[in-house]
Amino acid sequence: MKSEDRYPKKSEHIRLDNYVRRDVIKALLGFGAASIVPIGIWKWINASPYLNNTPAPLRKTLEFNERLTSKLLSDSHLAPIFSKSEAVKNVRVNGNVGLATPVSEDYKIKIESGEKKFEVSLDELKTLPKQEIIFEFKCIEGWSQVQHWGGVRFVDVMNHFKIGQKDAENLFEYVGMETPDGQYFVGIDIPSAVHPQTILAYEMNGEPLVDKKHGSPLRLIIPVKYGYKSLKRVGIIKFTDSRPRDYWAMYGYDYFAGL
Amino acid sequence: MLIYWANGIYKIQVGETVIFKFFPQWFYQFFGLSRQLGKGMAWHFATMWLFTINGILYVLYTIFSGEWRFVLPTKYSLKESWQVVLYDLGISKIVPPQDKYNAAQRIVYTLVVIMGFGSILTGWAIFRPVQLSWLTTLCGGYKAARLEHFALTITFMLFFIVHILQVIKAGWQNFLSMITGFEILKKL
Repeated sequence: MKSEDRYPKKSEHIRLDNYVRRDVIKALLGFGAASIVPIGIWKWINASPYLNNTPAPLRKTLEFNERLTSKLLSDSHLAPIFSKSEAVKNVRVNGNVGLATPVSEDYKIKIESGEKKFEVSLDELKTLPKQEIIFEFKCIEGWSQVQHWGGVRFVDVMNHFKIGQKDAENLFEYVGMETPDGQYFVGIDIPSAVHPQTILAYEMNGEPLVDKKHGSPLRLIIPVKYGYKSLKRVGIIKFTDSRPRDYWAMYGYDYFAGL
Repeated sequence: MLIYWANGIYKIQVGETVIFKFFPQWFYQFFGLSRQLGKGMAWHFATMWLFTINGILYVLYTIFSGEWRFVLPTKYSLKESWQVVLYDLGISKIVPPQDKYNAAQRIVYTLVVIMGFGSILTGWAIFRPVQLSWLTTLCGGYKAARLEHFALTITFMLFFIVHILQVIKAGWQNFLSMITGFEILKKL
């Protein structure tokens, strides 16, 4: 309908006023309704039950994002690599949960995979090929830093000790890692764990990792995740099909935390 | 804005001198943002979809309704927009030409759409900097992409503030027309 048809000109002033008033009221009602929708959504989300410290609809959205973007995850998508000279000398320390209890001299990592349960020493791990990586470590709090780490690829550890295999064809879906005292813990999806850049690190800047603050003697470095997944001081490694507990996901953060 | 609370790294600094801190301590306290990063990010990663969908719908509508004719700048817009600035600041008395939108509005409303597109690109560049590392590289690296995303957000805030002030200044009739889509002009 053309506007000329709707708004008769000339002498029909009374009718015109009515038309206009009706249209203004209609538009205002529409505007009011449209404003209520976002407020309603806001209230609904905030009133929803919480799943791990995050309102359920938001947690569901995080999981939707995970399903959508984990399809991007591929062994051929690598975190960009930097040169040694670009790596920082003073590696930033941002967390110390799970590091308070001292570890003994004969430090061993407890591994659990299905029926298999055993302990591995650091020296045993060091017999595997060493992998160095210089990448940009990314913290969810808004800082990033080029860091230089060395250790063994996690996928090599899995293959060497024949762990992570649920049956002849399938891997377990997750691996959980914890500090020896169980105070800090992360859960990682297997595709990210077997990513070629995921390592168990025992060297930092080419030197043995001796500083407790950086997770001595062995820590996880996982460039496809935010820093809070790079567990310091690995004490326990356990493969499961259900999501292992995760320290920061428990406090409302994204479980996947993929980059 | 909830997710920019951390570390106070968002500041303008020349050498050792901090000129401007975007988020000083009082900011967190006033808005109650301390220790809200997880929640802020959860909101961000949900509302990003609304932002994207809304943007796509707006652009499609503007194209197919023909409204783009009123929004895209013309070859006179640059010159005229300067007149608008001078007039709105009360420096000049020359009334600039006013179509549905004036020249300054055309330029800014078009820029905002481009900025929105930029926010989505830089957003994905920092959302999945490993899987989409080509995009991150295109933005100049992870740190650069973060900075760009942040700068765009601040610019959006500035746009929002100026926009609201202008709407208040333009008065009730103009506000009504924004909602109804028409304005009654009295013939004198």
